[in-house]
Amino acid sequence: MTDTPIIRFQNVSKRYGDLTVLDHFDFEVMSGEKVTLIGPSGSGKSTVLRILMTLEPVQEGVVELDGLSYRQPGRHGPFHASARHLHQIRSRVGMVFQNFNLFPHMSVLRNITEAPVAVLGLSKADARARAHELLEMVGLADKAQAFPAQLSGGQKQRVAIARALAMRPRVLLFDEPTSALDPELVGEVQEVIRRLAHEHDLTMLLVTHEMRFAREISDRVCFFDQGRIVEQGPPGEIMINPAQPRTRAFLGAYLPETSTG
Amino acid sequence: MSGTLLLPPLLTGAQVTVELTLTSTVLGAMLAFSAGMARGAGPWPLRLFAATYIEIFRGTSLLVQLFWLYYALPLIGPRIDPFVTGIIALSLNIGAYGAEVVRGALLAVPRAQHEAAVALNFTARQTLWRIILPQALPEMMPPLGNLAVQNLKDTSLVSMITIADLTFRAQTLRNLTLNSIPVYSLTLLLYFAMALVLMAGMRGLERWVRIKGQGDMARA
Amino acid sequence: MMYGFHWDLSSPLAFAWSILPIILIGLTVTLEATALGFAFSLIIGLGLALLRRARARWIAWPTALVIEFIRDTPLLVQLFFLYYVLPQYGVLLPAFLTGALALGVQYSAYMSEVYRAGLDAVPRGQIEAAAALNLSRARAYRSIIIPQAIPRIIPAMGNYLVSMIKDTPILSIVTVMEMLGLARIIGDRTFRYLIPLTLVGALFLILSMSAAAAVRRLERALPKTGIPLR
Repeated sequence: MTDTPIIRFQNVSKRYGDLTVLDHFDFEVMSGEKVTLIGPSGSGKSTVLRILMTLEPVQEGVVELDGLSYRQPGRHGPFHASARHLHQIRSRVGMVFQNFNLFPHMSVLRNITEAPVAVLGLSKADARARAHELLEMVGLADKAQAFPAQLSGGQKQRVAIARALAMRPRVLLFDEPTSALDPELVGEVQEVIRRLAHEHDLTMLLVTHEMRFAREISDRVCFFDQGRIVEQGPPGEIMINPAQPRTRAFLGAYLPETSTG
Repeated sequence: MSGTLLLPPLLTGAQVTVELTLTSTVLGAMLAFSAGMARGAGPWPLRLFAATYIEIFRGTSLLVQLFWLYYALPLIGPRIDPFVTGIIALSLNIGAYGAEVVRGALLAVPRAQHEAAVALNFTARQTLWRIILPQALPEMMPPLGNLAVQNLKDTSLVSMITIADLTFRAQTLRNLTLNSIPVYSLTLLLYFAMALVLMAGMRGLERWVRIKGQGDMARA
Repeated sequence: MMYGFHWDLSSPLAFAWSILPIILIGLTVTLEATALGFAFSLIIGLGLALLRRARARWIAWPTALVIEFIRDTPLLVQLFFLYYVLPQYGVLLPAFLTGALALGVQYSAYMSEVYRAGLDAVPRGQIEAAAALNLSRARAYRSIIIPQAIPRIIPAMGNYLVSMIKDTPILSIVTVMEMLGLARIIGDRTFRYLIPLTLVGALFLILSMSAAAAVRRLERALPKTGIPLR
């Protein structure tokens, strides 16, 4: 972790019609930092990730990633930035989705090699070598030729993580990566994310409802409510001894032991 | 008059029907893909152009289009050979219906697939060709197969602009022999047989598309 | 010149304006042929669908073949068949009726499929629930199955109605004077085909687009949960 912010939100507002999702929102993430966003659903935490992935435009404020603004001066259209500029931003960010979003018409190996070959211009041989390394890392070395439909949810999500890592992002976003999984498959995906968090200097943003897991891997936990960060700090502080009543109420529902402990 | 005497002229006509069907189905498929992709995923001027083409040719009747090209167009433009006129009318008509099939299949690919493509930094063009189209293609094959059969049936209308297809031959034979029942029964049976062959062919093509897709995947 | 009508050849616009009343008479014939053809197709289609669902295989299987045969052969040839063959058996119908009947026959093959798909789309659990309540077969169809099939059946029928409108010009080939037939006669008399044929094309465009819009509105208006019969 360094002291330079790699992600910066300044006075950002995001609305869908009448609904305000982010309300004059300020937020910074240091390079290499592991940050977990928690809070009730609809509080805007997933929106933060989707804005960073350029899946959603913002109406107001400044968003920057690695010094690149999400708006170019004088640019119009929903994203206020040229396709080329967005391409530059995206080359630094990767995302792991709640529903995996693997490409069903491609094998596991092809899912992982397609973008490195087509977008980064890697040779097929290099891309494959890297894909095999990544599959080894997520424990699916034997599934390279399988198709997504033949995998369990946990396996799909591990492939999705390998696919995102193959693009060598500086920031990796996890949008509720275990919410769509059967309970017995949550552990294998968490294990992969945990190893990533401990062994890499990757900047990680995680939205999750798994409080114990958030506590294990994060440098910082941010509690969201109604489009703002209500409280943030090291997981030990936020989760054991929250200052805000709203945080306490939320955590009480998820972690019964925090209210007694 | 026995069927054996009727059959040779009808078969000559059927050959013309086959030529018309194959040519206009292939041309129509090309139009369908261009217009469907332009309308579903093109920049707005192209989208507007494609939408106008599709609405006009789906909204008016094929016979009206055929007569318009045959009778009206030569008055303001070039005089074209009837056979070519027939092919143009059939292709434009079936292409417009096919375009809606192509567009529908493209739009049916879930939004999440587009988002995954953005997250992997594919360009819009790469997303269309590598992610969306391969998933949409197998879905559009069955309705396109139905359109091919529809096109075979539609070729009968070109007999009205003097093309000597199966229907034209049937009309000539009837006028000659006044023997309606055997002439038209044989004609209907010939159309039915051609439709069965065409359907089998389209099902083969459909299977090939699916297997081809799988082959691409395996080669990774 | 046609009986009682005059056309004004002084300018294209004047020509169009002067033939519009004639073409509009053709429009009423187009609409009447569609309405009658549609009614035929609903009745014949229902008959085919019921025979197709018959338990006896010697009824169901040939019916399936007949449906396939009708669906895969051209409307125009079917029309010629009826037009020339029926009189040989002493059935002398006006061309308009023969035309509407041909439309009805061709579309009955599609309609039988619409009925079948609509009934099949009702979940099996509904039929089982009806059986569990000890409803008779007739009662189960009347109060459980058909009401739930209607919202799926009606829009599909509407779409076929729209495409039948566009098939009516074929009737002009056997002398039914609908829009296209009249436009050709005007063309033959004046040697000006462009205006009449373009006018007919435009009217078809308006007709089919408004019919398609009406079907979409109807589809939205139908309750997805079904329509209880009385």
